[in-house]
Amino acid sequence: MTAHSREEIIDFLYDEVRMLDEGRYNDWLALWLADGHYWMPLDYKQTDPLLVTSLLYEDIFMLKLRVERLNGARTFSQKPKSRCHHVLQRPFVDVIDNDRGFYQTNVSMHYIETRHDDQFLLALTATHELKSVDGRLKIANKRVDLLNSDAAFGNIQLLP
Amino acid sequence: MSHTFTTAESVTRLVNSHQVHRDVYTSEAVYRLEMQQLFCNAWVYVGHDSQTPAKGDYYTTQVGDQPVIQVRHSDGEIKVLYNRCPHKGTKIAIDREGNTGKFFRCPYHAWSFKTDGCLLAIPLKKGYVGTGLDKTENVKGIKAVGAVMNYRGFIFARLAETGISFEDYFGESLSSIDNMVDRSPEGRLEAIGPPLRYMHQCNWKMLVENQTDTCHPMVAHESSAGTAIKLWQELGSPEPKPPAMQIIAPFMSPYEFFEDMGIRTWPNGHGHTGVYHSIHSDYSAIAGYFEAMVASYGDERARQILDENRHNTVYFPNIMIKGPIQQLRNFIPLGPDKTLVESYIFRLVGAPDELLARTAMYNRMVNAPTSIVGHDDLEMYERAQEGLLSNGLDWVNIQRLHSDDEDYTQEAVENGTTERQMRNQFNAWLKFNTCSLPSGGVA
Ligand SMILES: [Fe+2]
Repeated sequence: MTAHSREEIIDFLYDEVRMLDEGRYNDWLALWLADGHYWMPLDYKQTDPLLVTSLLYEDIFMLKLRVERLNGARTFSQKPKSRCHHVLQRPFVDVIDNDRGFYQTNVSMHYIETRHDDQFLLALTATHELKSVDGRLKIANKRVDLLNSDAAFGNIQLLP
Repeated sequence: MSHTFTTAESVTRLVNSHQVHRDVYTSEAVYRLEMQQLFCNAWVYVGHDSQTPAKGDYYTTQVGDQPVIQVRHSDGEIKVLYNRCPHKGTKIAIDREGNTGKFFRCPYHAWSFKTDGCLLAIPLKKGYVGTGLDKTENVKGIKAVGAVMNYRGFIFARLAETGISFEDYFGESLSSIDNMVDRSPEGRLEAIGPPLRYMHQCNWKMLVENQTDTCHPMVAHESSAGTAIKLWQELGSPEPKPPAMQIIAPFMSPYEFFEDMGIRTWPNGHGHTGVYHSIHSDYSAIAGYFEAMVASYGDERARQILDENRHNTVYFPNIMIKGPIQQLRNFIPLGPDKTLVESYIFRLVGAPDELLARTAMYNRMVNAPTSIVGHDDLEMYERAQEGLLSNGLDWVNIQRLHSDDEDYTQEAVENGTTERQMRNQFNAWLKFNTCSLPSGGVA
């Protein structure tokens, strides 16, 4: 197994949000393992993604669809397009297990999304499960807890 | 139009048989009329019985613009009370749900009330001796709404003290609630988890009309459903189909599919799509479910229940249920151009968990503020809300498959692309907005 340093893992998290902010979605999708899930719970400290409602619990097909749709000729809610911006706090690397090639991180951030004259801010904590595959870090699962996940939102069209 | 509506005639002018004036979506005066008339005279959904299972359990919500508390009283019955202390007006319950024990206690001056609202005690009560407090409305306690009905677990309230009975208001339309409940092998539903809460900067009626608008999915949802199909084909059409293909792709069904599904309307503004089939017809069977249904109901009755594929049922004024996937959406009007949509899911008690998992999946894929299908719809509502500010044209058209002899007092089944249900809703809108107003001259 390749050993991944703490610094390399933190760089990975920064690279990921830069891809989202710059709209490089194909690069972003390539970070994922094929059986990964992007989970955004609806309830504070929710433990179950399946038998209660979540905001998102998306497999790779759904994530590809979401990304593909953003550029569609008839995607009216993206005319004009939304833009987003992530500001990260210093990440915690909670697990470095180079023997198993498994890593877990916890990073809080501010997410800003804008379209037309509207802009909103979400405070969130992202938890990543990463795996080492052929010497490269991949996202096995990502959980995003919004600080106000139980609030009423308008459209959140891009990925926090 | 900034005036208030004091006569039936002034309201009636806003609605013709085939078109409605744009003020019904944009005017503050119309919104106030709806809150004071329609949402008082109609039977409005409050919540589900299973949200307050134990004595003292409460849940706070709104009926129209009125804050209310649904609470399980000590006799086991559900009460619906205005969420206002009779003393100074302080909201009695501020959290979305909780348990208050045997009584409510106002946090401001500690007036306390039984869970049916009756006054229990006032601290330092001798200060009111001889003041005449005993002759006021305030001393009676927390005011209850005019009437409450618990229909198979669904709690409805009529704010007005007198008016149409629950049975007359809903009539045969209750068959859609019946079918949703009957899909539980134990004949019981349980509301699961908090609802999705999605804020819409548009009038509440746009959402209600959209529930039976069968000519928009293949257009407005091409971006999500059309792209899903294209992506799946590019991947070599893998089987089993990914969940998104089951849930989202059917929105791309052709016009003929929606024409043939049929729309049924009932008196008082209720109606549903999916008389003969619906986009919910093709969901794959879940192991063990049919067997559990047969064990409860027998083979013939079980098939009868499950063969019903009603798509969206609108209960006028402001909820929609999906029987085959156990969902309820509550369109809560917050202003002429602001609507909060709360989307609930239910467990079919006694059925395998896979059904609940499918329901939760449908809810997040279609009804969430993060849902691509939701984005398609909200974009259209908000564009309409802005477009209706245009002075270029005053009327909104609801004429598809209209005929002059339509009688909304009769149940009818028609072509699935008719806008009859929208006309039916506006017929009821007029009826319950004007039934307590004097008729006669223009205000
Ligand atoms: Fe839609």
